Amino acid sequence: MVLFEDVWLTYRHAAHPGANTPEVLRGISFEIPEGGMRWLTGPSGAGKTSLLKLIYLSEHPARGHIEVLGTPVAKIARNQASLLRRRIGVVYQDFRLLPQLNAYDNIALPMRLAHRSETNIHADVLEIMKWVGLSHRSQALPFELSGGEQQRIAIARAVVSRPKLLIADEPTGNLDDDQAQRVMLLLTALNKLGTTVIVATHNTTLMQRHPAPALRIESGRLVQDG
Amino acid sequence: MANLPHPPADFLGLRTALSDRLLPLLVGAMAFLAALGIAGAEASASLAAHWQQDAAAALTIQVPDPQAQDAGNDATRLAAVLGALKTVPAAMNVAQLSPAAVNQLLSPWLGTDPADLGLPLPAVITAHWAGAGGVGALRAALQKLSPGTLVDTGALWTGRVAALTTSLQACAAAVLIIVALIGAAVVSVATHAGLAQRRETIVIVHELGAFDGDIASLIARRILRLTVTGALTGTALALPVLAWLARLAAPFAAPSLSTALLGLPAPLWAALPALPVLAAFIGWGTAQLTVRGWLRTLP
Ligand SMILES: Nc1ncnc2c1ncn2[C@@H]1O[C@H](COP(=O)(O)OP(=O)(O)O)[C@@H](O)[C@H]1O
Ligand SMILES: [Mg+2]
Repeated sequence: MVLFEDVWLTYRHAAHPGANTPEVLRGISFEIPEGGMRWLTGPSGAGKTSLLKLIYLSEHPARGHIEVLGTPVAKIARNQASLLRRRIGVVYQDFRLLPQLNAYDNIALPMRLAHRSETNIHADVLEIMKWVGLSHRSQALPFELSGGEQQRIAIARAVVSRPKLLIADEPTGNLDDDQAQRVMLLLTALNKLGTTVIVATHNTTLMQRHPAPALRIESGRLVQDG
Repeated sequence: MANLPHPPADFLGLRTALSDRLLPLLVGAMAFLAALGIAGAEASASLAAHWQQDAAAALTIQVPDPQAQDAGNDATRLAAVLGALKTVPAAMNVAQLSPAAVNQLLSPWLGTDPADLGLPLPAVITAHWAGAGGVGALRAALQKLSPGTLVDTGALWTGRVAALTTSLQACAAAVLIIVALIGAAVVSVATHAGLAQRRETIVIVHELGAFDGDIASLIARRILRLTVTGALTGTALALPVLAWLARLAAPFAAPSLSTALLGLPAPLWAALPALPVLAAFIGWGTAQLTVRGWLRTLP
């Protein structure tokens, strides 16, 4: 499902074009089986977001082998990469909703990009909005929504196309305990329906409440798997 | 289903990122220039065609010592030449210039009436050459008949006019190519600016699984609309100017600007509508290449 073998990552240096940053991920190897659920934890700056970016094809590794949904990503064609991305739902740490689209259109966006029919899209968006408890907010623009509501719209957009793999980057970071609890219930429900789920967090209370194997990284190295 | 919500037409926010001001204005100015360039080339071509016909067809024959008789010939040299010309069907409107007319032609060069100088003047015959080929055979025949006879056509002029036309048309083509290249550059810059302004949105759409081709099409369609608008406006604005120029060239042929417009030559009427089409191709193609190239910098 998700396979990393000795994966290293550096970023291009912002201040010195052409140069690379020191390694952000160092020799990471792990495997997550289909339908599994994993916490991804570690201190801030350890490399959690970077590792997730490699999984959702937002960065290329400096070296190492990565397979996502059974597909080696190294030499994947651009359109194949797009098709693979459509099977991965991502809840970004900073939501990344499109500011000019209302809640409904933000949720519908991945399906419209996949050229699904409007009839189809409509049914799914209504259902998922009910599921995240925001049916009454469908016409609201992101700036009109609270942080918790934006978070749930972001989750709805990530899961509306029933992805095989769901990646959530600190999805409870901006939420109070009640809202965080609610989001976790949504994610574990999806996992029970067969979706592979990876959740990055450094909230240990949350991890204790929802026990699952954890990948822990510190300074770019994997220090715990299981 | 009855009332499905409409998908937003402009979810990339291109209407503000690629505004309908600057690009149509620049493309319009370039279409205007291109229209003038095409008109100039067309005008010089048709003018040259006229000159060329006239010059090529004008035949001038000089017979020195016109009243003398060559040995073995019982007519004067002039009569012999005139007689021979009558038997050549391609030589039409054969006419001898009167001595007075020849004097008149020459006096500006000589400063006084040539008759006063007692110069022996050649007889000058003009004709209209309607033959398909050159006048080589005629020249040889007349030379043989009355040695010293000179046969001239405007061939030299024809060559010069042809060279002039070719260079004018090359200039017009160069103008068109340069305008097209600048147009492509302008579209590329505008597209890059729009991409930079919508970078965040486009990266998200890309990561949600949009094909490069779909993103490029959305942006290229917007650019297409802007360039076609600009080119149509620029070409339309060039029309009154062209009519005005046409009227300057032939004030009596066209009593008003609108009739002058209708009187513009057919090739011009064929070329002008091609400008917006050309602009559309350049705009769409450049935008496609620019966006696809830019997207390739994303993972
Ligand atoms: N785009 C980037 N360019 C350069 N360095 C980056 C970039 N993103 C993250 N980093 C660096 O990589 C390291 C890991 O960051 P990140 O993956 O965001 O950690 P975490 O999500 O665990 O907080 C940090 O040192 C961070 O500064
Ligand atoms: Mg992070």
